[in-house]
Order: sequence, then C-alpha cells, then structure tokens
Amino acid sequence: MTDVLDPVVHHGHDDAHDEHHGPTGILKWLTTTDHKIIGLSYTVTSVLMLVIGGLFAEIIRFQLASPDGHLVSLAQYNELFTMHGSVMIYLFAGPFAFGGLPNIIVPIQIGAPDMAFPRLNALSYWLYLTGCITMLSGFFTAGGAANFGWVAYAPLSNALNSPGAGADLWIGGLLLTGFSAIFTGVNLCATIFYLRAPGMTLFRMPVFTWNLLVTAILILLAFPVLTAGLIMLYCDRHFGTHIFSVQGGGVPVLWQNIFWFWGHPEVYILALPFFGIVTEVIPVFSRKPVFGYKGMVFATMTIAALSLGVWAHHMFTTGTVLLPFFSFMSLLIAVPTGIKIFNWIGTMWRGEIWFSTAMLMAIGFVVTFLIGGLTGIYLASPPLDFFTHDTYFVVAHFHSVVMALVLGGMAGLYYWGPKITGYILNETIGKIQFWLLFIGTQVFTFPMYLLGLYGMPRRMAVYPHNPEWQHLNEIATLGAIMIGLSTVAFVINVAYSWKKYPAGDNPWDGHTLEWFTTSPPPHHNFYRLPQIRSERPTWDYNHPEHRALEHGQHEETHA
Amino acid sequence: MTKVLTVDTPALPPQGAANRPRGWRRFRRFVALPLAALALSGCTLPKFGVTKGDTTSSVSVFHLWQWFSVGAAIIGAFVLVLIVWAVLRYRRKGDNIPEQTQYHLPLEVIYTVVPLLIVFVLFAATMVVENKEVANPTNNVAVNVNAFQWGWKFSYPASDVVVVGETTQTPTMVIPVNTNIHVQLTSTDVVHGFYVKDFNFSRFALPGVNNVFTLRPTQTGVFFGQCTQLCGLYHSLMFFKVRVVSQSDFKNWLAKNRNVALYNASTKITDQQLSTLVATKYTGTIGEH
Repeated sequence: MTDVLDPVVHHGHDDAHDEHHGPTGILKWLTTTDHKIIGLSYTVTSVLMLVIGGLFAEIIRFQLASPDGHLVSLAQYNELFTMHGSVMIYLFAGPFAFGGLPNIIVPIQIGAPDMAFPRLNALSYWLYLTGCITMLSGFFTAGGAANFGWVAYAPLSNALNSPGAGADLWIGGLLLTGFSAIFTGVNLCATIFYLRAPGMTLFRMPVFTWNLLVTAILILLAFPVLTAGLIMLYCDRHFGTHIFSVQGGGVPVLWQNIFWFWGHPEVYILALPFFGIVTEVIPVFSRKPVFGYKGMVFATMTIAALSLGVWAHHMFTTGTVLLPFFSFMSLLIAVPTGIKIFNWIGTMWRGEIWFSTAMLMAIGFVVTFLIGGLTGIYLASPPLDFFTHDTYFVVAHFHSVVMALVLGGMAGLYYWGPKITGYILNETIGKIQFWLLFIGTQVFTFPMYLLGLYGMPRRMAVYPHNPEWQHLNEIATLGAIMIGLSTVAFVINVAYSWKKYPAGDNPWDGHTLEWFTTSPPPHHNFYRLPQIRSERPTWDYNHPEHRALEHGQHEETHA
Repeated sequence: MTKVLTVDTPALPPQGAANRPRGWRRFRRFVALPLAALALSGCTLPKFGVTKGDTTSSVSVFHLWQWFSVGAAIIGAFVLVLIVWAVLRYRRKGDNIPEQTQYHLPLEVIYTVVPLLIVFVLFAATMVVENKEVANPTNNVAVNVNAFQWGWKFSYPASDVVVVGETTQTPTMVIPVNTNIHVQLTSTDVVHGFYVKDFNFSRFALPGVNNVFTLRPTQTGVFFGQCTQLCGLYHSLMFFKVRVVSQSDFKNWLAKNRNVALYNASTKITDQQLSTLVATKYTGTIGEH
C-alpha cells in the first residue's frame, strides 16, 4: 500500500514547455509522425472504406431481393462482391483493427510518448492510403475492377480468365496494404516491448495492448506469406511462370494453401483487436476489473497459436487436405474463445453496469459473436462443412462474426472518441444507431443461415424462382437496409455532436493510463504518470481503496 | 423434528457417500435414460433446417447435424441466459463501487475443461461420420464428372455414354438407386463445386486433380445440383440435375445410348458439337477418361 502515498511520478516537461512548434493544417497532416494524428487518419480512412464497402453491400442486397434482379449485370455483380469483400477485409477491418484505434491508444496505455518508429508509422499510413486508391481505381479501368472474389482462387485469377488491369490493381493494392500491415506489426511489437513506462510490466498491460501485441506477432507470421503469394500470382499473370497452372506443371490448390495460411490467422488479426476493445469497455462500464485477466491473456495467446494450424478448414471440400488434424485444431479454438465469452460475462457479474452506447455496442458484440462462434463450430466438422461450404450458411457465419466486429469497433469509437477528440458523441443518437445495427445484423444474418441450409450457393447474381429463397433474401435485404441506416445515424451523430459535449479527461471513470492524461492528450501524451502497480493504474489512483481482489479475497465492507 | 427433516426433505443437499447411489439412480432416471432414448431415435429431434437427404451418407451427416445443433442450442441458450441475466440484474442503480472480484480459479477451470470435453465428443462424432462418408467401398457404377465454364459433362466409361450440357441446357446425371456410384470429379479450367443439396454433400472440381468419392442414392427421383464455387461470369447459371432411376431402368438407358453423346441427357449430338460445347481452353483432359 506504500505506493498510494506518492502516486504521481513526474514525467517529461511541464505544460508550458511542451508546445509543439511545426506546420499546421494540411501540411501538418501530410508531414506528421504523431501516432495520434496517424491513428486518426487511419481511423477516418478505414471508416470511409466501411461506408464504401457498405454501399457495395447494399447494391448486392438490392440485386438479390428478387430472383432475376436487373440492378446490375452478371459481370458488375462479380466485381461488386469481390470489391465488397476486399474493401471490408483488406481496407476496413484490418487497418481499423491494427492501424486505427491501436495506433492512438496502445502507446498511451503503456505510458509511451509515441510509437517506437514514428516515421515508419507514417509510411504505414501512406502505403495503406495508396493501397486503397490503387485497389479501388480498378473500377475506372476498361475491364472493370477485380471480379474473382476476395480470395482470388487460381486459376480463375490468372491472365487468361481474369485479363485486365482491375485484377492487377487489386494485387498491387493488396501488396501495398500488406506491407503497411507488416510495418505496423513491427512498430507495435517494438513499441510494446521497449517503450513501456516504469512499472508497466507485461502482466500489467491492459488486455487491449496485450491483444495488439499478439496481433502484431501474428501479422509478422502471416502477412509475408500473403505478400509472397501475391508476387507469385503476379508472376503467373505477367512473367510466364506456371506456379498455379496445371499446364506448366503447377498446382492451383497451392494458391489456396498459401492464401488461407495467411487467411486464417488474418481472421484473428482482425478479431483480436476488437476482443481487446470489448475487454476495455465492459470492465469500465461494469466498474469492475477484467474477470480472469490472466486467463484472458492466455486465451488470446492460445487463439493465436491455434490459428496458425487451421487454414485447411477452408479447404475441406477440395479433398486435398482432408486431415483430422485440421478439424480438431479448428474445434479447439472454441475453447479459448469460450473462455473469453465467460470472462466478459464474469466481468459484468455483480457489477454496476452503465448502459452507455459503448457498453451496448460491446454487449451487442458478445451476443453476435456468440452466434457467429457457435455456427463456426459446425464448419470445423468436415461432413457438415461439405454441404454448407460455399453456400449462404458460410456467408451468414462470417457475417455474424464481422458484424460483431463492426459492433466492437463502434464500441471503441464511442469509448475512445472522447479521448481522441475531447468531445463525447450524442448518446441518444448513439443508442438509435446501436439498435438499428444490432437488430439489423440479426435480421440480415438469420435468413442467410437458412438460405444456405436450403441450398443457395453464394456469389449468385441471379437465382432460380424459388419462393422460399426469395422471401429469405427479401428479409436479409431488410436487415441490410437497417444496417445502412445505422451507418447514416453514425454520420449524423458525428455531425450533430461536433464539438458540442466537452468530455473532460476521464468521462467514464476509466481504468487505464489513457484516462489519466488530457483529452485530447498533449503532443507526447503525458505531463505526469501515476504509479503503475496493476493493469488499472488510473482506477487505482482514483479509487485507492478499491483495488482488484485475489481469488477468495473479499472487501471489508464496513471498514 | 430436525432428524425427520434431514431424512425426508429432498431439497437439502446430499450428505456424502450414503446418498450417492440414490443420486445416481435419479440421474439415470431423469437424465441418462431420456438422453439415451433420444440418441437412439435421432429422427425425433428437430431438423434444424436440414433434411435427411437421399443417400446413405446424407442420413448420417443429417444426424451429426442434429446433434451438433442440440449442443449449439443448449450452449447458446445457456450463455445467452447468463448475458441477459447479468444485463438485467446488474444495471447501475447508484454510485456504488461493487466488490472488485477478479479471479475465481475453480470457475475458470470449469469453463475451460468442460468445453474441452465437449470438443473431444464433437471431434469423435465428426470422425465416425467422416470416415464412413469418405470411404470408397466396392463400386458398381463409375461416372466421370467433368466441370467446365459453364457446364458439366458426365461420362460412363464402362459403356461410352457421355452426357453434356451448359448454362441454358441443364445436363442430367443419370444413376441407379441403391448402388455405389464411384465418381471421379475433375475440372477443365477453373475451380468448380459439385453440390447436390439433397445429398448433403459437395466437393470441389479442381483442374489437375482427380477427386474421388462414392455416392449411394437411396431414393429414385430428380435432384437439383449446382456449382458452388465462383467460376466466372455465368457461375450463377451452372446447374445440373441428378436423376436417380431403378437399376433396370439404368441398364436400359445405358444400352439405348451406348457409344452416344447426349445433350442434356436427351438429344443426341455429334462429336463435332460436343467438342464445341466443351470449350476446351486447356487441351487434354476431355474425353480421356
């Protein structure tokens, strides 16, 4: 208890001396190496990508509302779902998950002044932005954008079957964002390993930072494989190699192996940061520490380790990698994921839950992720995967998962937005947005589960006149409209709340270091730091008499 | 008074070894026996959106689906109840700070070990069904299925019958009932998916790979099939049908069409038309089976 006596350690300069002299306005944005501005650029760009990808989704859903929709042609439809998937996975979910909020929050959570390599960080962002523009510019070429699905299976993605610049721009854009991800991974690892404030041991790091560390390691293991694969694909298309073509003695399935060796860790590269966001939000709004903190960290590590050995569950129907090993490893992932869900519930248990928009989004995340997780268990079993693979059941499964991530991302924006901008978003509009998004997600996914079981394959621009299929598609479109409206509500909220409700330094009675500094934080984040003796230094400083309890320990209620 | 209560009130917790046999009997009566009965009569379970299908494998896959669904429903309901309870019961009422509980080791061990056991069970059930499904028993009829952009070619090597069709003229694969159908699946160009909903089965047609599996249809009738893997512009129009006929009908059909190429399993076509139809961008694989 001695550390409570002198909880404030002075760190860096005093307020008056820390004015940052440099360019302002657009020049500041172009030349900055400040992790907060880069992180904000990342966030704004990736949310813009969410909106673009969402618009593609709405067109797709309107096309499917009737069996022979004439909104788009067959060719345009193939471009639309390819770019919908690509934009959402490569340009929104990933960069938002490890480049946006983490860029801003991770250094502050560990008491660091910036990322370890600020200029590399800026390079990451500019590569990412260039990648976005490159990939999307495919729409302006004569042959249209890439149209072979976001997984680009060989040999459909070769020069013969997918000629045109759109496919090359897709490969180029993905290479650029891939490198940006690798550099961000390096940066996060270095920052978390070397720039922690005194007292911030690894097991005092907030779970969000922990998850980002594990994510960064996964990025370093997985993304180079994708980069290599893309270069092989490009060589096949232009330099006459035959790595993925039967004619030259190549193996088309090799592409699937390479792609999913990146692709499955990628699922967790996307998911772990959002798990982290939710693990920050739920404790703060329940006024309790994370239940089973260490179990949570080990669960994250286990998920990451297992995720490297399950890629072939995307390929059971190829018949070429049908090994029990992959089924077993995939089923095993349910265990650490289950631990996380029980820990989130345990955190709320006997808490004092404040239903702010951020908390509602986080609870919405847990429920939606539970549905996506349970349906994922079926797909780990090859006999069940055989007849659901490439049907709408799979589409519904991963949309449950990624829509959970959108809910988690929104939780993060509502939770950390005040820290980043200094202003709180309107809670009423926020709650309207939550209900539209949460109910819309379920209305959107449930019919798609049934569609898959009733035999509708994915990626069909038109389908047979089957009234059952059509009604389910109509309901799914209704859900998609609700999700679209929720995005409109979010945009309205940002515009309406613009500089309206000042947040103060610690609006939610937060636990971690970012709530100890000002909103927005000063140039190098801190004027002073509290003593760090747990993963909740700000809480310990504000509530020295309410520290986390060991197992079996109880508070002396009438002390 | 107290003694009587201890003996007669079932609400009191069991008191050690003496009560255990009775607990077991009760468990057997109320939990184990009904579960076993349920297990033996899998058809009484809800279908969870899937049908039994019309092959021998499709039935065991269907039962596996049911049991996975029962598990998912129970676990999902349990977790949802916990979430809803926590959300309703622990909403913030004042400015209290609750007890800062962070660990409960026994609980954490339980929710690690129990899911682990469930995973072992699911895996074991999966392997039983999968091994049956992918086994290749003695085969009576061989059919070579070749997928191409955007159609299907079904050839019967034993009798030189070929059925072919593309987008506008859906081809039909004719097979006999209650027979092991040995399918060799390949693709001429890109990856396609051979999927028959009523067989609860699909398999990729890969260029350069001979994918082999066995179907044993149990019902006669016409079943709808479709390509599941994106294969280019007309992916959504790449249908086929499977017509399961009696064994004698199948023999007659083969005899009638010996050495003949059929368009859509009905009209005869010339070799010239056939080769135009199956636009072989890559030479070699067509017609070599």
